[in-house]
Amino acid sequence: MSGRTGQNSAALEWDDMQALLRFGFKHLTQASFFLLRIKNREAARAWLAAAPVTSAVTVNPLPTTALQVALTSEGLRGLGVAPDIIDGFSNEYNAGMSTDGNRSQRLGDVAESAPDRWRWGARDKVPHVLLMLYAAPGQLEGFQRSIKGQCSAGFDEVACLATSTLGSKEPFGFDDGISQPKLDWDRERPVRDEEQYAYTNLACLGEFLLGYPNEYGGYTDRPLLDPQRSNASTLPRAEDSPDKADLGRNGSYLVMRQLQQDIPGFWQYLDQQAGGDATLREQLAAAMVGRTLDGEPLVGRNSEAIEGNAAKADSDLNAFTYQSDPQGLRCPLGAHVRRSNPRNADLPPGKPGIVSRLIRTLGFDAQARERDLVPSTRFHRLLRRGRDYGAKVTVAEALSGAQPSDETGLHFVCLGANIARQFEFVQGAWIAGTKFDGLAGEGDPLLGHRQPGPDGCPTNVFSIPQSCGPDKRLTALPSFITVRGGAYFFLPGIRALRYLATAH
Amino acid sequence: MVVAPIASGREAGLRAVLETMNVRPGMADPGNALLPFDEFQNIHFARLVILEDATVGDFAVHGLKAPSFPKHLVFMGDCDGPSRELLADMSRRADAGLRKIFAHCEGFDVQADLLGWLLAHDLPVAANYVNWVGRTVRQAKQESALQRALSSRVPREEIKSDTTVQQVRQDLVAYAKVEIRAGRLNLTPPEPTPVEWQMRKFLNAIGIPLVGLLALPLILVLLPFFLILLRIREKSDPEFYPRPDAQALQVLRQLEDHDVTNQFSALGSVKPGLFRRWLVSVVLLLIEYACRHIFNRGHLGRVQTIHFARWVFIDGKARIMFASNYDGSHEAYMDDFINKVAWGLNLVFSNGIGWPRTDWLIKRGARYEQRFKYYQRRHQIPSQVWYKAYPGLTLTDLQRNQRIREGLERADMSDAEALSWLRLL
Repeated sequence: MSGRTGQNSAALEWDDMQALLRFGFKHLTQASFFLLRIKNREAARAWLAAAPVTSAVTVNPLPTTALQVALTSEGLRGLGVAPDIIDGFSNEYNAGMSTDGNRSQRLGDVAESAPDRWRWGARDKVPHVLLMLYAAPGQLEGFQRSIKGQCSAGFDEVACLATSTLGSKEPFGFDDGISQPKLDWDRERPVRDEEQYAYTNLACLGEFLLGYPNEYGGYTDRPLLDPQRSNASTLPRAEDSPDKADLGRNGSYLVMRQLQQDIPGFWQYLDQQAGGDATLREQLAAAMVGRTLDGEPLVGRNSEAIEGNAAKADSDLNAFTYQSDPQGLRCPLGAHVRRSNPRNADLPPGKPGIVSRLIRTLGFDAQARERDLVPSTRFHRLLRRGRDYGAKVTVAEALSGAQPSDETGLHFVCLGANIARQFEFVQGAWIAGTKFDGLAGEGDPLLGHRQPGPDGCPTNVFSIPQSCGPDKRLTALPSFITVRGGAYFFLPGIRALRYLATAH
Repeated sequence: MVVAPIASGREAGLRAVLETMNVRPGMADPGNALLPFDEFQNIHFARLVILEDATVGDFAVHGLKAPSFPKHLVFMGDCDGPSRELLADMSRRADAGLRKIFAHCEGFDVQADLLGWLLAHDLPVAANYVNWVGRTVRQAKQESALQRALSSRVPREEIKSDTTVQQVRQDLVAYAKVEIRAGRLNLTPPEPTPVEWQMRKFLNAIGIPLVGLLALPLILVLLPFFLILLRIREKSDPEFYPRPDAQALQVLRQLEDHDVTNQFSALGSVKPGLFRRWLVSVVLLLIEYACRHIFNRGHLGRVQTIHFARWVFIDGKARIMFASNYDGSHEAYMDDFINKVAWGLNLVFSNGIGWPRTDWLIKRGARYEQRFKYYQRRHQIPSQVWYKAYPGLTLTDLQRNQRIREGLERADMSDAEALSWLRLL
């Protein structure tokens, strides 16, 4: 469904939006992330009021460095932001990622990945500010020194997270970053509540930007201030309440998690399962991920025209849904990419026509019900901006049994306007969830926590459906991922950032 | 559902007593000293809830003073067979424990007939949803054990020929027989449904539509007036959906996600006025009918994750309590509600004070995502004690296990059917 809704105002506000919402900085292949705590409020505020934050305006020639700034709820308190303003942010943002046992349980942050084992993000190591530094090859060191120098007065370092040079492959060896939602910058998607019957890659702005309508046609709650309040007149007005100043406008929530990856463990396990056969080993790995190492979707590309996919040849890697593979015979039901984006629509597929739709809406189509176990994806998309860290380990090195010199992993970063409905939902219900899509009891093959279920039944298994027999089952999967830290940040609009740094 | 007001001054003591029944907050100890749930083989779910109404002040949005409702203790469960029999069984075998709990209630005489008291306080349920009518606890447990046994035994290679499919199936059938004979597995044949129950169901099935048919002329005449009154009210009824308090949220979440299934207890006041009271009564009557005769085989509309749910009027018809047991996280439950069955929610809950604005009774309302999420969390109350008879099993598991058992017990199958059956394991 499309039709101009008339407002192209987003195009005018690139200068208020931090660039990360629009760009992944693929040309700035070096990056590092600083986690800071405020040690001197005045100095911190002064720096944030003038920090050289990169906006989403396109610049020619491309910049050689970029800086993005995000803050945790504790950080806002540290800056002296009024409590009633902080209360306007979402409950999960204010609670933080590590303080709630129930949250950790849902996210799968248990056992080795429990927050009390984190290096940062829990107890007294909760960062206040996240600085994301991006640089062209060779520029990072100088840029880092400069920023560190500027911040030394106001901030203490909790951690300085280095990243490895951006390539196309993630540490296990798979092409990564292939699938990203496309933001509807031209605001063509209907912003009223309307059922969508086809999978689309185009997402309403409000799914990733606060202050804009989301897929429900509503506005996610964020702090709306009285414009008379100190400095609040510098903030944009809220679209849904023009008499209020919108602190969230052009901002987003940013979720960051440091995921250490056990590359030798991963390949050694698969090698053992494949009995040393290299081809089979790769096939099993691909089955776990849902794409081959080169990014080819296991379910196969089809000629479906999916709205929101770029019209470039290599984006065909995203020209598929799972409609043609309901039993998981080509791409296992529990494969990683299938879990993180089930590519479904609001109603399970069926015959076209009003009557058929009504029957499916009321739940009377038994076949449709079998395919109705996973919620509609469009409400649960993630905009990923992560970067790997640590030295690359080749498959041969992984199998050789040599201990890697360096820790390797992913600094997972995603953006979204509603942490509970997007990140926490995908991580909790789809990734860590052991009953995803009717599976009997298994978590994500890459990220699953492997802890037994409430009835003691193991969840460290991976089922590979086959047409001529019961599911093949890989058992005794070890953990391949350990969470080393994490936090919820607010990535403010630039006017909002200046407001937070200067208001009283 | 037993509902009794708590005697004044006894609430703290009652909370302490209820805490002793838990392994941890949110998880009852199946063998607890007061009411050992696992000794009663026909209880699917049970809970004890103190009805702490944080939203009674909402009457103010209608310009009315909040009535003072007593604080009740609710004891409810979902069981096989008539609830009367279960209560009688419980009062026989858990007499001391139940007395200790209900001693905190008004008007409970320690000397009195416990069963009589329980039955006197057993409120009728306005509408009751059962995911699969007739599936017993015993069946769920036995079929789960069967699934585990067969699943670990079935060979997981590709089956090369059709004859092998049948062979593999026969091997498993034989294995199951051996296990049953040795007493390691059990598949008790289901008890026949009492004829009386079937008769009452049949009469209800045709009776309600018959009454509807007879009343049809009257309904048609009244319809335009009803719609006008409805629209007037829908446009003017105040909404009230403030953000729930962070502390209250914390308390609720502490009780969640210890199993793959969660409990949900919510309490709300019906909007003032006869119109709303009658409307919600009719709606619940229709929902009861639909649940009893239509949605009794695995799904409530499109929602396939609710084990049991009920709506009960309390305090005359001033308040409604809603209680359910559902699979998955709370966020997923709300997602299902908004996306799959918002129209159903609106039918009932738009009659509650402060519900987000609806159009024509079924549109919008719960589709206002943020308003709905705040509303339901604010009306949700913690369940002090919650018991589930089959930890770790979701409805998908239960249904798969049913099909596994059915397939096992069939004399013979076509090759395609046998393959489908094997693929369930």
